[in-house]
Amino acid sequence: MSDNAVSCHTPAPAAPDNPFLNGLWKQNPVFVQVLGMCPTLAITNSVRNAIAMGLATTFVLTGSNCVISMIRKMVPKQVRIATFIAVIATMVTVVDYLVKAISIPVYKALGAYIPLIVANCIILERAEAYAARKPVVKSTLDGLGMGLGFAFALTCLGTVREVLGAGTFLGFSVFGPNFEPWVLFLLPPGGFISLAIWLLTFATVRERKAKRTLAAAKAQSETTEQVAVHA
Amino acid sequence: MNDSLGHIFIDALLINNFVLCVFLGMCSFLGLSQKFSTAWRMGVSVMFVITVSGVLSYGAHNLLAALHVEYLRIIVYIIIIASTVQLTEMFIKKTSPALFRELGVYLPLITTNCAVLAVPLFQDARGYNLVQSTVFAIAASGGYCLALMLLSLIRERTYLSDVPSLARGTALTLVLAAILSMTFMGFAGMGS
Repeated sequence: MSDNAVSCHTPAPAAPDNPFLNGLWKQNPVFVQVLGMCPTLAITNSVRNAIAMGLATTFVLTGSNCVISMIRKMVPKQVRIATFIAVIATMVTVVDYLVKAISIPVYKALGAYIPLIVANCIILERAEAYAARKPVVKSTLDGLGMGLGFAFALTCLGTVREVLGAGTFLGFSVFGPNFEPWVLFLLPPGGFISLAIWLLTFATVRERKAKRTLAAAKAQSETTEQVAVHA
Repeated sequence: MNDSLGHIFIDALLINNFVLCVFLGMCSFLGLSQKFSTAWRMGVSVMFVITVSGVLSYGAHNLLAALHVEYLRIIVYIIIIASTVQLTEMFIKKTSPALFRELGVYLPLITTNCAVLAVPLFQDARGYNLVQSTVFAIAASGGYCLALMLLSLIRERTYLSDVPSLARGTALTLVLAAILSMTFMGFAGMGS
């Protein structure tokens, strides 16, 4: 298989020094890299499910990154993807039984999406782009950061969808009894729309920041020019 | 629940469309829908992989159940899928090198497509027999193919429209998908 087999999109550029914060915000798997869309859209119709899914994925990502980093020097290049998938599938099997043991209602709500964590692009992408090259501690931190970044994104989406679609947050009423729930947000189209809104919001924030940096750089260069002229 | 073959077919193809209603195979749905020509080729290859791996997984499920090692199912399914993808790759390479070059990069991607893994999982959960499993696999993958082709056709039309620079790319695609998804909700209640 070619390197392109690993992720659905181009892999993220080389990570700067702090692997934990990098995953949480700068390279957020959902809002920046747009990876792992299936659980992001399917499991976010309530905040509770979103958090559970986020934590399950974090567990798998941290564990698989740690193990893959440990065995990275033993695995021949040709069979690495098959090996990674086997490691990930094992971690997912553990999570599958763990969630079942902790809470049956959550297990039922997440349904087929727990086994489907195997097919989540983020996990294989991080294995290939980071854990296969970096030492164990850094890879584990990267997995933890990426996982929590994923959980954060899921919670953001879940909040919008639950508050607008059911008028509740974590099951507690937000708007009082007179609120007419906007059911569309609980249905599939609501998932697409709320993710589009979040992406637009973050794009706006990023563009403003880029403009400000640009203006600051311009001002800086102007002052240096003036200084040069005066000199 | 009505388990007749026709019902399973319509349900998986339209009412619970894998992409637009159950959110499976999202990555390739958003990533590979830029051009109709790649979209339908990808759709057809996925249909082939899902149908073959769906039938094989049905056999594997029975074998695992007979041996009482159901906890191995995730690993076994993913191995079946990876081998089917490899097989498809070799098959297309032999029969049509031109198509192989066209698909090249996208073929191995099918392994990480969650729609492929979901089919055997859903078959288990619903307890389908061999014929039902086959019909379900064909209909579900057909639904994926249909959604991918529809979105790519719409996206080809948006290239010339005046979209704010902020919304270009994923955000616009998501809004289009939302509209498509609302359309597919109109099928709810059909066949019941």
